[in-house]
Amino acid sequence: MKELTEIRWHGRGGQGAKTAALLFADAALAQGLYVQAFPEYGPERMGAPVASFDRISSKPILLHSGVINPDIVIVLDPTLIDTVDVKEGIPDGGTIIINTEKSPADIKKELGISGSIKIYTVDASRISKETIGREIPNTPMLGALIKATGILDFNGMVEDTKKKLEKKFKSKPEVIEGNIKAIERAYKEVKS
Amino acid sequence: MAKTNIVARTGNEAMAEAMRQINPDVVAAYPITPATEIVQIFAGYVADGLVDTEFVPVESEHSAMSACIGASAAGGRCMTGTSSQGLALMAEMLYIAAGLRLPIVLADVNRALSSPINIHCDHSDTMMVRDAGWIQIFSENAQEAYDNMVQAVKIAEHAKLPVVVTTDGFIISHGMERIEIIDDAEVKRFVGEYKPENYLLNLDKPITVGALDLQDYYFEHKRQEVEAMKKASAVILEVAGEFSSKFGRSYGLFEKYKLDDADCAIVAMGSTAGTAKVVVDGLRKKGLKAGLLKLRVFRPFPKEEIADVLKNLKAIAVMDRSDSMNAQEGPLCLEVKAAMFDASAKKILLNYIYGLGGREIKLEEIEGIYNDLFEAIKGHAKDKVVYLGVRE
Repeated sequence: MKELTEIRWHGRGGQGAKTAALLFADAALAQGLYVQAFPEYGPERMGAPVASFDRISSKPILLHSGVINPDIVIVLDPTLIDTVDVKEGIPDGGTIIINTEKSPADIKKELGISGSIKIYTVDASRISKETIGREIPNTPMLGALIKATGILDFNGMVEDTKKKLEKKFKSKPEVIEGNIKAIERAYKEVKS
Repeated sequence: MAKTNIVARTGNEAMAEAMRQINPDVVAAYPITPATEIVQIFAGYVADGLVDTEFVPVESEHSAMSACIGASAAGGRCMTGTSSQGLALMAEMLYIAAGLRLPIVLADVNRALSSPINIHCDHSDTMMVRDAGWIQIFSENAQEAYDNMVQAVKIAEHAKLPVVVTTDGFIISHGMERIEIIDDAEVKRFVGEYKPENYLLNLDKPITVGALDLQDYYFEHKRQEVEAMKKASAVILEVAGEFSSKFGRSYGLFEKYKLDDADCAIVAMGSTAGTAKVVVDGLRKKGLKAGLLKLRVFRPFPKEEIADVLKNLKAIAVMDRSDSMNAQEGPLCLEVKAAMFDASAKKILLNYIYGLGGREIKLEEIEGIYNDLFEAIKGHAKDKVVYLGVRE
């Protein structure tokens, strides 16, 4: 693992970009890593483009400036790629993971990527509808992120996320089960 | 060593957690971005019965501080939290809290002051009340915010002065990080029980609080207040020493980062100090002798200590995340310059005003400051005051 990995999440207000960044950081912490997770604070409102960020490192993270050159970019809403420059700042060798029904080759063409940036796609919207019953693409994208990058131990992440969800949805076990299934399916179905 | 739990928490969560463990007698607060969560989370602890605190939801920050003053004068351990305009509205009462020598602890999440309206980080709010008679402690990250809150209670009660602990708005208050939380029982043992010397509810020894104090005694009381501030440095160090021996994390009035053999250094407070450490590491790898002085305690200002650790540097840059609007220099720069006046008539000392209203401060910009310093050492003239990252 690189000494410091930086991740940027793109979503729309209400899709859970912030929650995903927090859940991921929590899971990384549980695996003994140092973490930071923070949202971009602007005039956020339901449906408007928002971003959030993670930093993951094996050493204490002293840096407190914004993430400018993320190693990994995750896009929760496929319509964002028309309005937001999701590849902004990604260095060569970086990774973009998009929630879309399209293939990585199509997305590569759409974004005009010719260099060594790796593209992964997964239909997290459909997966979440089929497993959770609602379109909540953030948790399945955690599964896709780990499959695409190997940045955390998958089983450990699932266990930790389960624990976090159990606290939040004590009275709704079906929500917990649906989210875990969504993560597992996205892990299996993500394409490169 | 005491038992700790490693968790991921935002700065606001960390400060609220410290307040839960301290379990103060009274918290009176009014919510304001970005400090709202501290009060909101703590109100949850009250509702869930996790603390014994009397929570007073007031109608303004002026009332919040007024209620804290009343409760503290009555003999209670009192805390509150605010930001920006909220601290501004408290200003009148902050002076009264200090003048009455009440050990109130306030969490201030640093945010710019209007106008223009801005909810993001700079240090203007804390700087506005820098002469109010409160001890001021800045935090680099969520861990320090938590540790400083735990120490602040003890510092306030021993120094008999109120303490404000700050974090950088959003950058720390809303950023989640890995921190170590101390065991509840250990925190309670560390802060101990508050036993005020004189208090209104002590019917055996009635006192007057807030009496008129004209030409005959006002001056003497203010003189005692500043004496308490002078002596607070020793209290802060003593509490830090005890904290370090119990919990392992060391604190001083400031932190020296690769400073002893440095040619040049930045002086900064808050979260930017962490980013500057990354720049120092990078420059050191290139063989450049860069260092950093991170100021933790702005009030009392550690004058002699700072003059001493900066005396051998060839060039210094002070980063100010607020401006004094004095058409001169930022507040931190003026304090550093005043501290060094006797020792360093010819010292290169540059001032960088940065990050106002949450303007991003980049690694490259901090590196640019060090470049300016190294060039200044070689004899190239540099601007004395630079507005970093502003469009002019």
